Amino acid sequence: MQNFIDAYSWLNMRFLFEGLWVTIYVSVISVVLSFIIGAILGFVRYVKVKYLSMIVGFVIDLIRNLPLLLIIFFMYFGLPSTLGIRLNTVAAAIVALTVFESAMLAEIIRSGIASVDHGQMEAARSNGMSYLQAMWYIILPQALRRMVPPIVSQFVSLVKDSSLATIILLPELMYHAQIIYGQNSNYMIPMFAALAVLYFAICFLLSRLSRALAKRLK
Amino acid sequence: MITILTDHWADLVSGVRITLSASLLALLGSLIIGVIFALFVISPLKPLRVLGNIYIEIFRNIPLLVVALFFYIVIPQFVVQIDGFTAGTIGLTIYTSAFIAETVRAGIESVDIGQMEAARSNGMTYLQAMTYIVLPQAIKIVIPPLGNQFVNLVKNSSVLAFLAGFDLMYQANLIVSSTLKTTDTYLAVGLLYLLMTMPLSYLMRYLEKRWAKQPAND
Repeated sequence: MQNFIDAYSWLNMRFLFEGLWVTIYVSVISVVLSFIIGAILGFVRYVKVKYLSMIVGFVIDLIRNLPLLLIIFFMYFGLPSTLGIRLNTVAAAIVALTVFESAMLAEIIRSGIASVDHGQMEAARSNGMSYLQAMWYIILPQALRRMVPPIVSQFVSLVKDSSLATIILLPELMYHAQIIYGQNSNYMIPMFAALAVLYFAICFLLSRLSRALAKRLK
Repeated sequence: MITILTDHWADLVSGVRITLSASLLALLGSLIIGVIFALFVISPLKPLRVLGNIYIEIFRNIPLLVVALFFYIVIPQFVVQIDGFTAGTIGLTIYTSAFIAETVRAGIESVDIGQMEAARSNGMTYLQAMTYIVLPQAIKIVIPPLGNQFVNLVKNSSVLAFLAGFDLMYQANLIVSSTLKTTDTYLAVGLLYLLMTMPLSYLMRYLEKRWAKQPAND
């Protein structure tokens, strides 16, 4: 019990929450970027532009089938020797997460658009709308409703996956917890408990939010 | 890239072997645990339902790395000495079992309720009806998502690199630190990962499409 009280000292908690803050902002920036990129890629894949859609589809499949950890390593250790670009830990983590999540979201967005009945597009077009108008006002709003739950659960995975960036010493939650119990092994169990509770709190709140959103959109 | 593959072939192959065996063991373990918790969640007994839901929610919302490191760092300290491979495989099993439980639950619930009622009114017990009537029909719906879980396992097993688990990712980092050829090594290892994951995920996509066209219960 004393271990818990000592481990959760003001100083340690502040340090943990600094890590939590990095986890959150790296996740939020990555999810915003990958939503934009994923939407573009998903759309390109959906509209079936000759060759382009096929290439985009293949690249998306490649990325989806690689371990995120490998992509993180590549962005941090591989890029300097490949392209001569040296990213700091935060940038490398954001780039790696964005690359990985864009591929995941592209697939969600493509299948979301594809799930809207063909008749909707035909009806909109025969009412005099242009393709883009029909897409924007008729198809996308319906697709969005179906996409919200998988997109949010992808965001939950992103928050969890950001813990992998501890390996390139990104100062996020996991890394800060490791530093604390590295100094005093008595703090090990309290720190793992704190990690479990904090990650659980964020992810659980997010998944509840997605459920509420999905209900409202119906 | 070719020289990395030829010079370090033995290391890479042993890494692939470890990655595949960790993934297969974890798939087997998480299938057993996952089916048990799926049955808990749909069972008529409230305490079992609550227990099942708590288990699933907890392990879906905590990063794999936290679970795996817990078994690698905390368990040896207080309970029993285990190596990185064992700790990682246990972590993968527990983490994946929560997702498999969800998949299996959805599969069981997609079987028409009339099947259970018909079996019960023919004199079967709940467990008999579940084992002989409902589960066999659920399997077909569940196979594609289970295949995708195996692909995820192969990717996620890269956390063994954190635990000195001698998997493919760990071997990659050993090769990088001895040759300093980061780009080539990560490309070669990426290729090996893709050889393990891509064929299976294309097969699952094909099965999903094919089985979606015909009724589930034939």
